[in-house]
Amino acid sequence: MFHLAPATKWALGLVAATVLTFMYAPLLLVMANSFNAAQISSWPIESFSLHWWQRASQTDAIREALWVSLVTALGATAIALVLGSMVAMALQRYDFFGKNTINLLIILPIALPGIVTGVALNNTYKNVLEPIGIQVGFFGLIVAHATFCVVMVFNNVQARLSRMNPRLEEASADLGAGPLTTFRKVTFPGFRTAFAAGGLLAFALSFDEIVVSIFTAPPGVETLPLWMLNNMARPNQQSLLNVVATVIILVSMVPVYLSQRLTRDADSN
Amino acid sequence: MLDTRPTDTAHPPEATRPAGNRLATLLHAHPRLRLYGLLSLPLAWMVGVYLVSLALLLVTAFWTTDPFTSKVIPGFTLRNFENILTTPAYLRTAARTVGVALLVTLLCAALALPLGVFMAKVASPRWRNFLAMAITLPLWAGYLVKVFAMRISLGDSGPVNWLLAPYGLSGPGYGLPAVVLTLTYLWFPFMALPVYTALRQIPPNLFDAAADLGAGTWRTLRTVVLPLLMPAMIAGSLFTFSLSLGDFIAAQFVGAKVQMLGTLINQNVNLNPPLAAALSVVPILAVGLYLFAIRRTGALKEL
Repeated sequence: MFHLAPATKWALGLVAATVLTFMYAPLLLVMANSFNAAQISSWPIESFSLHWWQRASQTDAIREALWVSLVTALGATAIALVLGSMVAMALQRYDFFGKNTINLLIILPIALPGIVTGVALNNTYKNVLEPIGIQVGFFGLIVAHATFCVVMVFNNVQARLSRMNPRLEEASADLGAGPLTTFRKVTFPGFRTAFAAGGLLAFALSFDEIVVSIFTAPPGVETLPLWMLNNMARPNQQSLLNVVATVIILVSMVPVYLSQRLTRDADSN
Repeated sequence: MLDTRPTDTAHPPEATRPAGNRLATLLHAHPRLRLYGLLSLPLAWMVGVYLVSLALLLVTAFWTTDPFTSKVIPGFTLRNFENILTTPAYLRTAARTVGVALLVTLLCAALALPLGVFMAKVASPRWRNFLAMAITLPLWAGYLVKVFAMRISLGDSGPVNWLLAPYGLSGPGYGLPAVVLTLTYLWFPFMALPVYTALRQIPPNLFDAAADLGAGTWRTLRTVVLPLLMPAMIAGSLFTFSLSLGDFIAAQFVGAKVQMLGTLINQNVNLNPPLAAALSVVPILAVGLYLFAIRRTGALKEL
C-alpha cells in the first residue's frame, strides 16, 4: 500500500473538500437564488419564494426556448445513437487500415474548441449553401449538435463491445442466425445499457451546449442557453436567469446521473 | 447450421487472422461489405458535414472581403495571415490566450493530482464512488450556466466579496484572474477524471515494491506514480488547453475588457469571415500539433 502520514492524509482531504466546494458552491448559489424573492437577487437571500419560477413558466420566450432545446437535443441524440453505434461496431469488430484516423475524426468535434466547429459550420451554411439556394434553417442546428454528440454514444458502445464475448455472436451465427438476427437478439441486447447511457450523455451535452449554437442557430431561434446568453447582460432579467440556469443544470445532470448508474450497474454484473 | 457456402476467399489475409475467422463465421459472407455498410453512413456524415466544413473554413482563410459591402471575394491571398502576424494587438491576444490556456492546464493538473490521490488511496470505497460521481456531474452543468454562476459569485455585491469583507479583503472582481479562475472551474473535471482513473489502475504492489526498495512517499510519487499518470494528464490537458484556447464567453462575462482569441473570431465572423477563418487556424494548428505530439504516448486511448 501507499503509505501516507496522517498529516498528509488530512492535507489531501482538505484539498478534496476545497475543490468540491469550489465546484459546487457557484451552482448551488444559482439554484438557491432562483428561489430568492427579491426583485434583483441580492446576497444573502432574505426571503424565499416560487415567484420567479412562476414568472419563468409564464414567459413565452423561455417556454419556446425550452421547446427548441428539447427538440434539438432529441433530434441530435437520435442521429448520434445511430451513427455512434455503427462506428463503434465497425471499429470494435473489424480490423482495417485507417482505424485510428476514424477514431480521431469522431473525437475531433469535441477536441477542437467549440468556436472552430461553430465557425466552420456557419461558414458552410452561410457562405456555401445559402448562395446556391439551400437554406438549412433549424435543421442546421440539429446537424451541428449531432456532429459533436456522436462521440458520446461511440465511446460508451465501443467500451461495452470490447468487454462483450464475441463468441456469443459466433454461436448465434453457428445456430443459423443471419447477421441482422444476431444483431437484434445477441449484439444489441448486450450493449443496450451502454446505448442508453451514451444517448443520455448525448442529450445532456446537446441540451446545455452554447458555443456551437451561437453560430449555427438560424435567426430568431433560441435554445435555452441562447436565451440565457441574450439576457445575461440585462440586470433586470437576473432573477429569471437564475431559474433558467437551474432548469439547465437539472435537465443536464439528471440524465448524466442516470447514465452513470446504468454503466456502473451493467459493469458490476 | 452447417455452412455450405464457400468461405470468403476474396480476402485471404482477413481469414488468417483470428478476427477474420470470427467474422467469417459470424457474418457468413463478405465481411468487408458489412464493414463498409457500418462505416458508410457515419463517415459520410463526419466527412461530408464536418471535415468538408473545416476544409472550406481553411480555404476561406485565403479569401478576402470587400471592405465596403462586406461581401466575401474568393481568390488566393495570404493577406489575412499577414494581417494577423503584423498586427501587435492580434499577436498580444494570441499570446495572452495561449498563456491563459497553459496556466489553466497547470492549475487543473495541480488540483487533480492531490484530489486523485485522496480519492484513490485515502477515501473509503463508498466515499470514492460518491466523489467520482461528484466530480463527473458538474462537467454537464453547462458552459454558460457555470460562467453565469461565476459572474454572480464574483460580482461586486456577490457572495465572494460578502465572505471576504469581514476580513477586510475583496475577491478578484472581473478581469484576467477571474477568466483564469472561471476556465479552471469549467474544465477541471476533464483533468480530474482521467487522473483519478489512472491512479486507480496502478497496481497496489507497485507501491509495496517502491516501499520495500526504500522509497519514501514523495520519491514514490515522483518516480512511480507521476510517470504512470502522464498519459492521463496529457489526455486531460488536451481538453483543458484546447477548450480554454477557444473561449470567448468567460472573457465576455467575467473578463471585464479582457480579449481572447475567441473574442476576435467572434467579432469578425459576420464582418470579415476570411479574417475570422484565418484566426480560427491558430487554435486548429495548436490542437493539431498537440494531437500529433501526443499520438505516440498512448494518451489518445484515454480520451
